[in-house]
Amino acid sequence: MLKKLLLSAIGLGVITLTMTEPANAAGEDTAYVFNTLLFLIGGFLVMWMAAGFAMLEAGMVRSKSVAMQCTKNIALYSIAGIAFWVLGYNLMYDGVDGGFFGSFTAFSVPDPSVDTGDYSAASDWFFQMVFCATAASIVSGTLAERIKLIPFLIFVVILCGIIYPIQGAWQWGGGFLSELGFSDFAGSTIVHSTGGWAALMGALILGSRAGRYNEDGTVNPMPGSSMPLATLGTFILWLGWFGFNGGSQLALGSLEDASSVSKIFMNTNLAAAGGVVAAIILSQVLYKKVDLTMALNGALAGLVSITAEPLMPSPLLSIIIGGIGGIIVVLAVPMLDKLKIDDVVGAIPVHLLAGIWGTLVVPLSNDGTSVVTQFIGVISIGVFVSVVSAIVWFVMKSTIGIRISDEAQLSGVDKAELGMDAYPDFTKS
Amino acid sequence: MKLITAIIKPFKLDDVRKALVDLGIEGMTVTEVKGFGRQKGHTEVYRGAEYEVNFIPKIQIDLVLKDDLLDSATSAIVEAAKTDKVGDGKIFVFDVQGAIRIRTGEKDAEAL
Repeated sequence: MLKKLLLSAIGLGVITLTMTEPANAAGEDTAYVFNTLLFLIGGFLVMWMAAGFAMLEAGMVRSKSVAMQCTKNIALYSIAGIAFWVLGYNLMYDGVDGGFFGSFTAFSVPDPSVDTGDYSAASDWFFQMVFCATAASIVSGTLAERIKLIPFLIFVVILCGIIYPIQGAWQWGGGFLSELGFSDFAGSTIVHSTGGWAALMGALILGSRAGRYNEDGTVNPMPGSSMPLATLGTFILWLGWFGFNGGSQLALGSLEDASSVSKIFMNTNLAAAGGVVAAIILSQVLYKKVDLTMALNGALAGLVSITAEPLMPSPLLSIIIGGIGGIIVVLAVPMLDKLKIDDVVGAIPVHLLAGIWGTLVVPLSNDGTSVVTQFIGVISIGVFVSVVSAIVWFVMKSTIGIRISDEAQLSGVDKAELGMDAYPDFTKS
Repeated sequence: MKLITAIIKPFKLDDVRKALVDLGIEGMTVTEVKGFGRQKGHTEVYRGAEYEVNFIPKIQIDLVLKDDLLDSATSAIVEAAKTDKVGDGKIFVFDVQGAIRIRTGEKDAEAL
């Protein structure tokens, strides 16, 4: 056995010594493997963000709504995956050619023998699918504690099968926005603002939680059930973001790509840290105490802010971009309450507003972009997602109904919709 | 026999229990309660929204004792529960008509 191995090793040595041509071919194979590996590792990191959203939301809702929130998260991730295979992927990527959408077909996996190119086709499908699921997760957090389960899941089908893929096709599918020169590296607008717009329309049409706002405009705080879970969820999302942004380099087969991915990791981490520090300082200044939930939102806002361009900024600029994201969150959370828009986990400030900020600030570090085209991208996607989402919410509201009755909300949506408790052994205060 | 109902700060419970046990008290009932007195509530901020906390968490201790222990028990509670800050709580004293130990049927002082 050993002898055989030795012989073949010598044989290999002879081949590499005598044949110089295949060295290149081997290099291409290596690049293919590493590119695919980046998609797979990035993909499962982003998949794990679904767990982060689930824990963040479970911690930020009241204990009587936790089981429902967990149900929505496991269901939406699964539905997103199916919808993105049946329709989403090809609608986003297949034959967009500078236009507005691709083909209405399911994604077919090529046989491994013909699965050539820069990376494996299924690894790209998987990587893009988990991004689509992320957009759906954003919606569930905002609408928590009062939306009915089935209408929410119907919305997820439409969001992941149609809305997300169409606007994604405009940029990542090679559609008209990419021809214009719009730039959104990992999806501040395409993923985060899209989820945010859909959530905002839902919140406006659905209304606030029962008892959330008083007649005189004051707010009744509804503190979250578990700060440790919300913190764990935020850390999981932070971890997942290295796949989100790092994977969006889309290649790991060369020295330059490896270096770029590494720089993206660094900038992504710095922006999140900047968001946390800014949120802590500002909440201390404004409210005379540090608000943990603001610090958690600050981390996510920093991450969303850097997502549109995690490669080009300097480390210091990354901290500043993320820090401003954190400031946006601390100011926007009470502002939404003044407008009586009930956003349970702060997803609108974090994903929509910080997403817009991150997209508009790209030209500061990327010379190939302009504020005007960035603005066109933000507005066109914002209008499309908002209008279609609003129509879907309105149609469901006037047919099957989307809101859990106030009485059922007060006794708890877990009991009303699921007939179960998240913590059956705990007494409720 | 007297019933003492004492409302104290939650973190003082262990000091008060120890002081009473040292006096020879052989039992008490403790309840987590909420309420307000002259201290009133206070305001808190959660995610940028101010709100009133009208009821503050306290501990209620109920114990029944023989008349001759009353004074030393109340002073022990006062001494152990005192922080000299607003919100230290109050002590109420009631007459008790009777007591029965369920297991043995003993009555009044013997049941304590």
